[in-house]
Amino acid sequence: MNQWLNDSISSPWREKLATPEFTHSHQFDDNAQQFEAASLGMWVFLLTEIMFFGGLFCGYAVYRSQYLPSFEAGSRLLNVGFGAANTAVLLASSLTMALAVRAAQTRKGNALMIFVLLTMLLGIAFLGIKFFFEWIPDWRDGVVPGLHWVPTAEVVQHVAGRAGAVLPRVELFFCFYFFMTGMHALHMVVGLGIMTYLLLKARTGALTSGHFAPVEISGLYWHFVDIVWIFLFPLLYLIGGRY
Amino acid sequence: MATMVAEPPRVESRVNYLNASYGVKSWLLTTDHKRIALLYLVSITFFFLIGGIAATIIRLHLISPTGALVEPATYNKLFSVHGIIMIFFFLIPSIPAVLGNFLVPMMIGARDLAFPRINLLSWYIYVVGGLFTLYAILAGGVDTGWTFYTPYSSTYSNTHVLATGIGVFISGFSSILTGLNFIVTIHKMRAPGLTWFRLPLFIWAHYATSVIQILGTPVVAITIVLIALERVLHVGVFDPKLGGDPLLFQHLFWFYSHPAVYIMVLPSMGVVSELITCFSRKRIFGYEFVAFSSVAIAVLGFLVWAHHMFVAGISIYAGLVFSILSYLVAIPSAIKVFNWMATIYKGSISYDAPMLYALGFIGLFTMGGLTGLFLANLGVDVHIHDTYFVVAHFHYIMVGGALMGYLGGLHFWWPKISGRLYPDKWARFAALVIFLGFNLTFFPQFILGYLGMPRRYAVYPPEFQVLNVMSSAGASVLAVGYAIPLIYFIWSMRYGPIAGPNPWKAKGLEWSTSSPPPTDNFEQTPVVTEEAYAYGD
Amino acid sequence: MVNEGFSSITQSLNGPIAQFLKDMEPAGFPLFPEQASTIAGGVDRLFFFLVLVAGFFSALIFILIFIFAVKYRRRSDDEKPKPIAGSHRLEIAWSVIPLLITFVMFGWGATLYVRNSRPPVNAVEVFVVGKQWMWKLQHSEGQREIDELHVPLGRPVKLTMTSEDVIHDFFIPAFRVKKDVVPGRYSTIWFQATKEGRYHLFCAQYCGAQHSAMTGWVYVMKPADYEKWLSGGGGESMESSGEKLFSRFGCVNCHHADGSGRGPSLVGVFGKPVQLESGETVTADEAYVRESILAPNAKIVKGYPAIMPTFQGQVSEEQLLQLIAYVKSLRTAERITK
Repeated sequence: MNQWLNDSISSPWREKLATPEFTHSHQFDDNAQQFEAASLGMWVFLLTEIMFFGGLFCGYAVYRSQYLPSFEAGSRLLNVGFGAANTAVLLASSLTMALAVRAAQTRKGNALMIFVLLTMLLGIAFLGIKFFFEWIPDWRDGVVPGLHWVPTAEVVQHVAGRAGAVLPRVELFFCFYFFMTGMHALHMVVGLGIMTYLLLKARTGALTSGHFAPVEISGLYWHFVDIVWIFLFPLLYLIGGRY
Repeated sequence: MATMVAEPPRVESRVNYLNASYGVKSWLLTTDHKRIALLYLVSITFFFLIGGIAATIIRLHLISPTGALVEPATYNKLFSVHGIIMIFFFLIPSIPAVLGNFLVPMMIGARDLAFPRINLLSWYIYVVGGLFTLYAILAGGVDTGWTFYTPYSSTYSNTHVLATGIGVFISGFSSILTGLNFIVTIHKMRAPGLTWFRLPLFIWAHYATSVIQILGTPVVAITIVLIALERVLHVGVFDPKLGGDPLLFQHLFWFYSHPAVYIMVLPSMGVVSELITCFSRKRIFGYEFVAFSSVAIAVLGFLVWAHHMFVAGISIYAGLVFSILSYLVAIPSAIKVFNWMATIYKGSISYDAPMLYALGFIGLFTMGGLTGLFLANLGVDVHIHDTYFVVAHFHYIMVGGALMGYLGGLHFWWPKISGRLYPDKWARFAALVIFLGFNLTFFPQFILGYLGMPRRYAVYPPEFQVLNVMSSAGASVLAVGYAIPLIYFIWSMRYGPIAGPNPWKAKGLEWSTSSPPPTDNFEQTPVVTEEAYAYGD
Repeated sequence: MVNEGFSSITQSLNGPIAQFLKDMEPAGFPLFPEQASTIAGGVDRLFFFLVLVAGFFSALIFILIFIFAVKYRRRSDDEKPKPIAGSHRLEIAWSVIPLLITFVMFGWGATLYVRNSRPPVNAVEVFVVGKQWMWKLQHSEGQREIDELHVPLGRPVKLTMTSEDVIHDFFIPAFRVKKDVVPGRYSTIWFQATKEGRYHLFCAQYCGAQHSAMTGWVYVMKPADYEKWLSGGGGESMESSGEKLFSRFGCVNCHHADGSGRGPSLVGVFGKPVQLESGETVTADEAYVRESILAPNAKIVKGYPAIMPTFQGQVSEEQLLQLIAYVKSLRTAERITK
């Protein structure tokens, strides 16, 4: 294991890429140019994703500054335990993803498939916790905004400032909670799709014969989705004060 | 004086990208950037016709103060459809998706873009977005205006806001992917010797445009998602009755939609740099200044969005900040205009149709840009905001500027794209008709605006009629002007004289290969040793 | 002081410019709207300056294009013009000079804008509620209007506006004033009419099907006629209506004048700072009073329980304005009837 981890991290990847097993697409001059282009392309795409989520973060910031007590009250209704568990799950999945990239770089086909599978399982665990332990109970508690906003008496008691009056704009907090975690979950599902593709490709051996670019850039995407959650977790779960 | 070289009639024996393969599948599944450019050309022309029909009905209707043609509810749908189609489905793709797709790889000596399949996907996404919007129009239209202001669009309008929003949302990804493709291509695939400061200014312009596309479009995408969620789920993100803020929508919307206007005009400026140099047979004056001004416009363009909101309810301090920044963003455009003029100075000028369009661009864009200074002015904007002054201003830039640049580019590169020449005299005649028709249509609207006629009015007080009739008369001339190139371009594909590789004797890598080019663009990857626009050497 | 000198020069140009423009107009065909307010002349002067600058540069470019196109036209097919390398000095010149011109434009406009944003203290107050597709106005004295606004000549008038539904915009071209009318908040504009007559009122923010029909008239009357018109209408003042609502909705049961009730006393509250439970201090303006009625738990006054019920859905925008007028009037304890 140690030897495998230490294995030529510093070696120029250009050598590894100039393998006869993989031919670059016709518009490129060599494999290295293709890999560079693919990487830059993924970074640019992630930049667009930052701007996409940015709009939601901006709306959150505006309303939180206007309705801080309501946002704090709403935040206290969320289950920090599950949120923290999900954070740990995602961080672990980023680790397994990074290990998968390493496996592809060092041409370890079995390790690659195992790590991709682990990443997927962790991703599914994340979605499972979110859906079954958070969203479904939220629906039962009546805190899904819009057509089904009927907070139960217990919920009302939790968010009430004093004796029975529900803070206004708690519903707005939950709008952003569901939109932001929902958009994030959608990206996770897409990520799982990408992982499935990697798994299938890995079985043919195509990813461990020098052309590991697809694994690397998929890794970039997966890490990005993880980082978005790292921002979502404190902003949504931890602003209420009492855990 | 014409400069096109009279080539002896030649049979097209060489294999080029047009005849390399036949059949619908070879076009619909192509990954050749040149074929994709033509796919875009056909689709955006289709949408231009739709938007143009809406405009025709609008101008006919406005001949009478009480409304000559349609009910107000229909009128509201017409101007909404006109704006949405023209902006999202014509202007934003136009030059990048047609001329950019065709020329970016060729100008940098590459065989194709970095991601040809994503390029094709980009076109399909555009088509799907367009189909959603077409469905919305056919099913009854949308009446929110292209600006979708809340709470009207999120709560009150009972037209097809959702379908239209989905269409625009989807087409946004087409824009993002095109921008992504260009950025990676320009960074990674330049020919040997082609340093950044040897690039044609067309490339600089498209690079700057692509940066705006990738940074701005996602914001309007999420904004549309929020409106859609509000409509479907009845939540209160923008509705004050539920705690939302209508101004938040405006900030999010304009954060994209202001840079969007630079997406529409920057590529056109890139085209003009190519045309001015070729038809003055002279190097561009102040290359670095023109190149950096494109970048400056892209950056500053992101800092001025709230000048659309001076009377919307923002604070005085916000007004002051956005006004001064809006004045700043005008300066790089002025720098370009002066540099173009200095390029023409002491040049050797020929009056081919592309040059007429380029000169028209400079004149009309200058007027449009100068009228922007009125709108950036806090003292005057209060009076002219949301009046026909604004309508005139942006049409001067979008139609007198961007569209003329697009037409000029189409004329310039048509021989390269099709291998044929169009009839020169008709082309110059059409350019003149368009120029005159355009001014007659839109100049009276400046006066209408200062007089106080608000935008988006289906009926208006009778004292505004004379100017409205003038404007409508101009529109009919303009329509004729646009019809003429449509006819002779199609005609030229079959009957036009065969063009040689470089009928304009222009500099630029795209002219060093045959017309039409082979699928892989160049027989051999070119090596670049000279500056851009090395005319006179 | 320079400012005054500058504006006195431009002011003296006002008459000749306006006359010049009037002479330019073909019979009955207006090029400029009437100047009917104190600020209209100033806005027109600035506009005229911008027209001169824009006209100058447009003409310059057009003329140069024409001259160059003729003078430098290609005379032979193999003509080779000498390339001019570029000139940093020129670049700086034509960057800095336009920049300075834009600074002048900005400064002039910003001055007008800031000056015009502050309504004078003794303004006549009118309250406007926009809704699809009509304007409902009420004077403090109680007189109501629909799609019409009567104002006195020569006195500042301040409009406090809100919308019941979507965003509208209150636009009087002859006065050169315009402001969006937004649901959920109050926006204000002010003007002082300088000419008797009747002027267009337009809605200038697209608001749905009858947007172009949401127009009206502003009538400027001599002060004496205005007073006559006010008293002719009958009906009670907004304060008085507000007082009745204060009782009808039960506000008076908790908000005792002497502070003995479950809610804070509202005497002398308007316009003053209020300390909140959360620790922050806010000013009790129109928006604060409105929010206190519609979403009372958003801001709790320090030392009071959060027990005030919401009146969202029960009280209309006009009634809110009347209640606000009443609260404003509570300067001394004698005003309360309890």
